[in-house]
Amino acid sequence: MAKMTMIEAIRSAMDVSMGRDDNVVVFGEDVGFFGGVFRCTHGLQQKYGVSRCFDAPISEAGIVGTAIGMAAYGLRPCIEIQFADYMYPAYDQIVSEAARLRYRSAGDFTCPLVIRMPTGGGIFGGQTHSQSPEALFTHVSGLKTIVPSNPYDAKGLLIAAIEDPDPVIFLEPKRLYNGPFDGHHDRPVTAWSKHELSEVPEGHYTVPLGKAVTRREGGAVTILAYGTMVHVALAAAEDTGIDAEIIDLRTLVPLDLEAIVTSVSKTGRCIVLHEATLTSGFGGELAALVQEHCFYHLEAPVMRVTGWDTPYPHAQEWDYFPGPARLGQALRDIMEAR
Amino acid sequence: MAVAARKSKAPAQPKAAARPAKATPASSNIATFTREEDLHAYREMLLIRRFEEKAGQMYGMGLIGGFCHLYIGQEAVVIGMQMASKDGDQVITGYRDHGHMLACGMESRGVMAELTGRRGGYSRGKGGSMHMFSREKNFYGGHGIVGAQVSLGTGLAFADWYRGDNTVSMTYFGDGAANQGQVYESFNMAKLWKLPVVFVIENNRYAMGTAVNRASAQTDFSKRGVSFGIPGEQVDGMDVRAVREAGLRAIEHARSGKGPYILEMQTYRYRGHSMSDPAKYRSKDEVQRMREEHDPIEQVRARLVRDFKIGEDDLKAIDAKVREIVNDAAEFATHDPEPDPSELFTDILLEPAQG
Repeated sequence: MAKMTMIEAIRSAMDVSMGRDDNVVVFGEDVGFFGGVFRCTHGLQQKYGVSRCFDAPISEAGIVGTAIGMAAYGLRPCIEIQFADYMYPAYDQIVSEAARLRYRSAGDFTCPLVIRMPTGGGIFGGQTHSQSPEALFTHVSGLKTIVPSNPYDAKGLLIAAIEDPDPVIFLEPKRLYNGPFDGHHDRPVTAWSKHELSEVPEGHYTVPLGKAVTRREGGAVTILAYGTMVHVALAAAEDTGIDAEIIDLRTLVPLDLEAIVTSVSKTGRCIVLHEATLTSGFGGELAALVQEHCFYHLEAPVMRVTGWDTPYPHAQEWDYFPGPARLGQALRDIMEAR
Repeated sequence: MAVAARKSKAPAQPKAAARPAKATPASSNIATFTREEDLHAYREMLLIRRFEEKAGQMYGMGLIGGFCHLYIGQEAVVIGMQMASKDGDQVITGYRDHGHMLACGMESRGVMAELTGRRGGYSRGKGGSMHMFSREKNFYGGHGIVGAQVSLGTGLAFADWYRGDNTVSMTYFGDGAANQGQVYESFNMAKLWKLPVVFVIENNRYAMGTAVNRASAQTDFSKRGVSFGIPGEQVDGMDVRAVREAGLRAIEHARSGKGPYILEMQTYRYRGHSMSDPAKYRSKDEVQRMREEHDPIEQVRARLVRDFKIGEDDLKAIDAKVREIVNDAAEFATHDPEPDPSELFTDILLEPAQG
């Protein structure tokens, strides 16, 4: 076991996968020689050579398109889009090609491809460097979508994604790269080294896709969260003293519906939490599923706590971000609701 | 396994060779500037330089959050082009945009206050460093997505042609953006429809952290329009006179209805890609050599002293004036209030008329 940050765990996952399988190749903008803007691929080119870890031109559509071709012919590309916000030129390739290759060829061709993208705010990047576009992927049949919340899961999920036979969108919350950020932006950032989930095996292991995990057991209300918001939920439960059960979904598609239903059936209340905007966000899907499957257990309407329906602001990041104060208020409200 | 066997071959990775800025043949006999032109260029370039240095300092002090891409080293490009343009011509660029805004005549205060995310910023704190606009000054942004502005600039040119304004769209992008697919879709349409657009490719030799020859199969960007029949030329982008001269030629071509023109400005950025970039992908010597031998401002300064006998005191007075503007902008941007919380929800869609 070693202490790893999220960045180191992600790098280790690619390192382990490249070591085990020559078909795994890693590329993207600034990924090779430079080692990635967030340093996730640092050292991989030196270790595996320029044919397995390399720089691509600034051409997102081209990067994803060529990766799909590689995957269709037996490679396992694990590519980086430098920010999730840069994905849009490649969206056609992701939706029309990667997600549809298996169906279109009746299973003759597959697309074992991983697209890593840093997601969410945290660096005051404004509207083009802060978005959380997960719902644009979960809405597309033929894709799997992952959002890890800690180094242990990040490594295990990324290895599982690379070994998965289908295209996987792997969203890395930027706020979590260097520590378990809980939304208290006015407090010093804690380092991953002080967190138990920074204990990461150095070798190969996987965390299965489609399995949620309970981060905090509780009886009063269920909070469904993923990525950064898991830590925000933990902070809000601590701040309010409300006995929340916190489910870390880890993968959005495939979704661990059983874990959700079991928890909400027990608590009778549910808050859905994400940083992405509200309308047509993934929270809408979660709320609908809870209503369909847990209706007769519910003691209050399902609530959504999310970013506002605005473009991601530059100066007003903390007004936008659904932090522990906003979630805390929602927790108090849902406990009073009848 | 086929892949393993190819380890040493593909993809080819050229060495990151640092080539000195190529002085184009034209630069030896380019038209000289008058005293007033050199003074103007000096003032304008110095304003950008000092503004960017101040922005860098303020970033270091934590007054500017997020991204901040400095234009230091590239000043001659936008100033030379502005000297070649006419009122009404539009400017659109990517995220390294502070210099373009100042060159368009936008106020230092408003630009700096947007960097600090204040009420008085050009986008009232909604946009930040990469996302600013001024209809009044014909500056169409400030775009944070690499290459996305190239299609927009082409659309501006269509509107120029359609409205019969006899104006030209100056569409700036970098060597990195030049590899985006939509650039070539834009080239095709611009030529097909003979649109009045000058594509200014600012080749500063690094696409973020990747050297030009690591990411581009054709590093002569002036040839990127060949298959569309778009003429292009390489320009010494460190020499403001060479820039203006090429700019006049390109703009005249576009304005006269002959369609688009490509100018590859061979330039250099002294700082990292953004404030978090230590620029370890190049040597300190390379940067030092560019600063000492090719600095665009020093070239003009030397001419002012040598050819126009401008004294040290006069140069110092210009410097003092520029610093005053920049310090005033910094002061304003530090003390201007932050946006009202309600501002978060405005300007998303047109508000329905009240009452």
